[in-house]
Amino acid sequence: MADRSRRRPPLGRWALRLVVVAYLGLLVAWPVGLVARNALDGGLANIRDILEEPDTVHALRLTAGVALTSVAINTVFGVGISLLLVRHRFPGRRLLSALVDLPLSVSPVVVGLALVLVYGGRDGWLGPTLEDLGLQVIFAPPGMVMATTFVALPLVVREVVPVLEEIGTEQEEAAHSLGAGAWATFRRITLPSIRWAVVYGVALSLARALGEFGAVKIVSGNVAGRTRTATLVVEEKYLNFDQGGAYATAFLLTLVAVACIAVVTLVRPDQSGGRSP
Amino acid sequence: MSIEVRHVSKRFGDFVALDDVSVSIPTGQLTALLGPSGGGKSTLLRVVAGLEQADSGTVEIEGVDATHLRPQERNVGFVFQHYAAFKHLTVARNIAFGLEVRRRPKAEVRRRVQELLELVHLEQFADRLPSQLSGGQRQRMALARALAVEPRVLLLDEPFGALDAKVRKELRDWLRRLHEEVHVTTVFVTHDQEEALEVADEIVVIDAGRVRQVGTPDELYDSPADDFVMRFLGPVTQLGGDLVRPHDIELHTSPVEGATAGTISRLVRVGFEVRIDVTTADQVVLVTATRPQVQALGVEVGTPVWVRPVAGAATVPAAGPAPDDDLVTA
Amino acid sequence: MTAAALDGAGPATSARRPRHPGGLTPASGLGLGVALVWFSLLVLLPLAAVAATTAEGGWGGFWRAVTNEQTAAAIRLTVTQALLVTAVDVVMGTLVAWVLVRDSFPGKRLLELLIDIPFALPTIVAGLVLLSLYGPDGPLGVDVTNRRPAVFLALLFVTTPFVVRTVQPVLAELDPEAEEAAASLGAGRLTIFRRIVLPAITPAIAAGAALAFARGMGEYGSLVLLSGNLPFRTEVASVRILASIESDDLPAAASVATVLLVVSLAVIAAIDLLQRRMVRRG
Repeated sequence: MADRSRRRPPLGRWALRLVVVAYLGLLVAWPVGLVARNALDGGLANIRDILEEPDTVHALRLTAGVALTSVAINTVFGVGISLLLVRHRFPGRRLLSALVDLPLSVSPVVVGLALVLVYGGRDGWLGPTLEDLGLQVIFAPPGMVMATTFVALPLVVREVVPVLEEIGTEQEEAAHSLGAGAWATFRRITLPSIRWAVVYGVALSLARALGEFGAVKIVSGNVAGRTRTATLVVEEKYLNFDQGGAYATAFLLTLVAVACIAVVTLVRPDQSGGRSP
Repeated sequence: MSIEVRHVSKRFGDFVALDDVSVSIPTGQLTALLGPSGGGKSTLLRVVAGLEQADSGTVEIEGVDATHLRPQERNVGFVFQHYAAFKHLTVARNIAFGLEVRRRPKAEVRRRVQELLELVHLEQFADRLPSQLSGGQRQRMALARALAVEPRVLLLDEPFGALDAKVRKELRDWLRRLHEEVHVTTVFVTHDQEEALEVADEIVVIDAGRVRQVGTPDELYDSPADDFVMRFLGPVTQLGGDLVRPHDIELHTSPVEGATAGTISRLVRVGFEVRIDVTTADQVVLVTATRPQVQALGVEVGTPVWVRPVAGAATVPAAGPAPDDDLVTA
Repeated sequence: MTAAALDGAGPATSARRPRHPGGLTPASGLGLGVALVWFSLLVLLPLAAVAATTAEGGWGGFWRAVTNEQTAAAIRLTVTQALLVTAVDVVMGTLVAWVLVRDSFPGKRLLELLIDIPFALPTIVAGLVLLSLYGPDGPLGVDVTNRRPAVFLALLFVTTPFVVRTVQPVLAELDPEAEEAAASLGAGRLTIFRRIVLPAITPAIAAGAALAFARGMGEYGSLVLLSGNLPFRTEVASVRILASIESDDLPAAASVATVLLVVSLAVIAAIDLLQRRMVRRG
C-alpha cells in the first residue's frame, strides 16, 4: 500500500535489521556457538574428562567460592552505598558517586598490580604487616576475592541507584509516619522495591566475578591445585595444546555467564519501549 | 474550503478511532474539534497533518490532494499538547527550525524569527533553552515555530491541555487575538466545551469516531442535534421526556400552562446562583436561578412549585437515563 | 510571566530527585564510614600505590619507562586500536540501539541477549570464542591470530555492549512528538535524525564511547590467546605491565599502569560531566 511505503521504506528497515543481525551474528553469536560445538565435539567426553581432573575440579570449586564471596560482599556494599548516595547528602558525595564507577574503566592488570603494591607479602605497603599477623593476601584466596570484588564493584550500585531514585521517598516517609523504624522500613518497604535491581546486579556481578582473569592471574600466583581458577585453567590448557579441555572449561563458564545475563535480559521488562500507536 | 476530509476511517487494532468521517474546514477560520477523550478528534487532526495514515478516505488541503503526502510535504503547522520542544535548541533556533530546513537565506530567517518572537512576546527569551521556560511560554514558542514556515493551516492538538487553569485562560484569549492578527486557517482539538464555545468560529463535535454536529457556537448551543451534543455543551437536566438546561427552566409558585408540579427537595446557593432540586412525580429536576429570583419567589425546601421550560429554550428528546451530574458538567 | 518562567525551570529533573534528601543519621554515618574504609582499602589505596610507586621513580623514571621502545610501541598500538574500535562502536552501537528501540521483529529479545554476552563472558573465553571463528581452524578461512586485526577484533568484541547500552534507554525515552513536529516543519528523515535525534543522544553516545575506550585501553584477557603478544606488532599496554610485573620491575609496571589510570580517571570525569549535562537539559 502507498501508505506503508511513505513511512519508512521497508527496504531501509530491512537493511538496518540485516546489518545489525549480521554484525552481532559474526561478532558474537557464531563464535560463541562454535565454542559450544567444539566443547561438545565428540559428545560429553571433553566435559567428563575435565571433571575427572582433580586440579580442574579444584579450580572450578575455587572459582565458585571466590566469586560467591565477592558477590556477597558487593551486594551488601552495593546496596549500602546506593542508599547512602541516593538518600543522604554529605560532603564528597558527588566524588564518591563518580569513583564508584572507576573499577569499570580500570584495566584488570592495573587492578592486580595495585593490589600487589599494597598487599604484596614482600614489599607491599600493608602486606608484610598483615603476614606477620598471619594473613596472607597476595598469592592466596583473600587477594583473589579482593581482585574479583574490585572489578565487579559498580555493578550492583549501577542497577540499584536508578531504581532508588525512581521510587522516591514517599513510601518510606509513610512507613516512618506509621511508626516503622529505619530497619523495618528498609526491610519491608525499600528492599521489596529494589529487589529486582539487586537480582540483576547480583547476576551481572556473578558473571563478571566468575570470569575475572587478568587481575586474578597477577594476585593468585596461578598455582595448579591451589590458586588456579577456572579462567586460568582455560589459558593453561589451550597453551598446552589441550584444546578439548580448554573448550570444555570455557563452555562451562559460558553456560553460567549466559544464564546470568539471560536472567537480566529476559526477566527484565522490555525497556526498549516500541513507540505506541 | 481549506481542508476537505472525505470518508476517512482509521482503526488501531480493534479500536475504531474514525468511522467514515467527512468534514469541511472553512478557510481563515478558527475551528474547534470538540469531543470526549478517545473520541477520535486527535486522530482526525493527526490524519490531516499526515502524522497518521487513514485506512481509507482522502484528505485535501487547499485544493491539493494530501492523502499520500508525507507530513513534511503538507506545509501544515502542528502544535502538540506537550509542546514537543527541541530541547537542545534555544527558543530562537526552535522557531528557526522549519526555515532552516527549507534553506531560507540567513538574513530572512533572522528577520522572521524576530517577528515571531515579538508576535508571541518571547523577545527576551530568544537565547534560553526550552527547559528554562514555563509551560505557557513553551507553548507560545511551539506556536511561533509552527507559524514560522507560513503554513497553509495551523493544527493544534489540545494546545492548552497541559497548562494550569489560569494560564489556559490567558492563552485562550491570546490565541483568539493572534488568530485575528494572522488569519491562518486554524483547527484545534479540545475536550473543554467552554474553550470551544469561547474561542472557535466553528465547532465540529466528534464522538466515538463520528461527527455528531458541525456549526457555530451559537448554532450548537441553541439547537443541539442530539442529546449527546446537548449534554456535552454544558449541564442539562431532564424534564418530562426532554433534556433542558437547568437555567432554561422557570419556577412558579402556582399552576401555569404546560408546567409540571413538584416540591423543592433541596436548595443550595453556589456563589451567584442557586441550585434547586424539584422532585416531581417521577423525576428530580435541577433548576438554577439567581438569588434575587429565589428571594422574590419566597421559596424554600418543601414549597410546592410548578416548573416548565422558558419560551425558546433549547430542548432535545432524552435518549436514555440522564448520566451523573459530574459527567455532564465535566 | 517571570514568576511562571521560574516555576517551569527544570521540572523534569526535580521530579526524579528524592524530595527531602536527608543529612546523615548516626546509623548511616557509621555505614558511610565502613563503606569508605572498605572502598579505600580495596580501591583507593591500591590505586594510590600505583601512582606513588611511579612517583618514587621520579619524572625521569616514569619517562624512561613509558618511552622504552617496546613499551611506547605497545602504548601507541593500544591507543590506536582502542580509538579505532571506539569509532566502530559509536556507529554500530548507535545502529544496534536504534534497531532495538525503533524496530520490532521476532527474535529481537535474542539480540538483546547477544549484546550482553561479551560483557558477561570471561575475557579469556572471549579470546577462545573469537579464535574458534577467526583462528587457524575457523570455518571462514580467515586467520587473524598473531596479527593486528586480532587486537582490533578482540577489543571490538569486548566493547560491543557499551554504546548500545548507554544509547538504548535514552533513545527509548525520546519524545516522538519532537520528531513529528520536525516532520511537520518540513524535515525529512535524515534531517530529523541529524538535527533532532542525534543531538539528543550525543551525550549518551559519548558516555558509551568513553567506557568502550577505557575498556579497550585496559583489555588483557581476550588478547592472550588471540594476539600472540608479539613485541612491536601485537603487544598491548596491559601485556607490557604484566611482563614488567613478571620480571619484578614494579616501578616500570606502575609507570605504564599510571598512563592507563589517567585514561580511566579522564573517562570517569567525562562521563560525570556528560550525565550532568543530560540531566540539566531535562
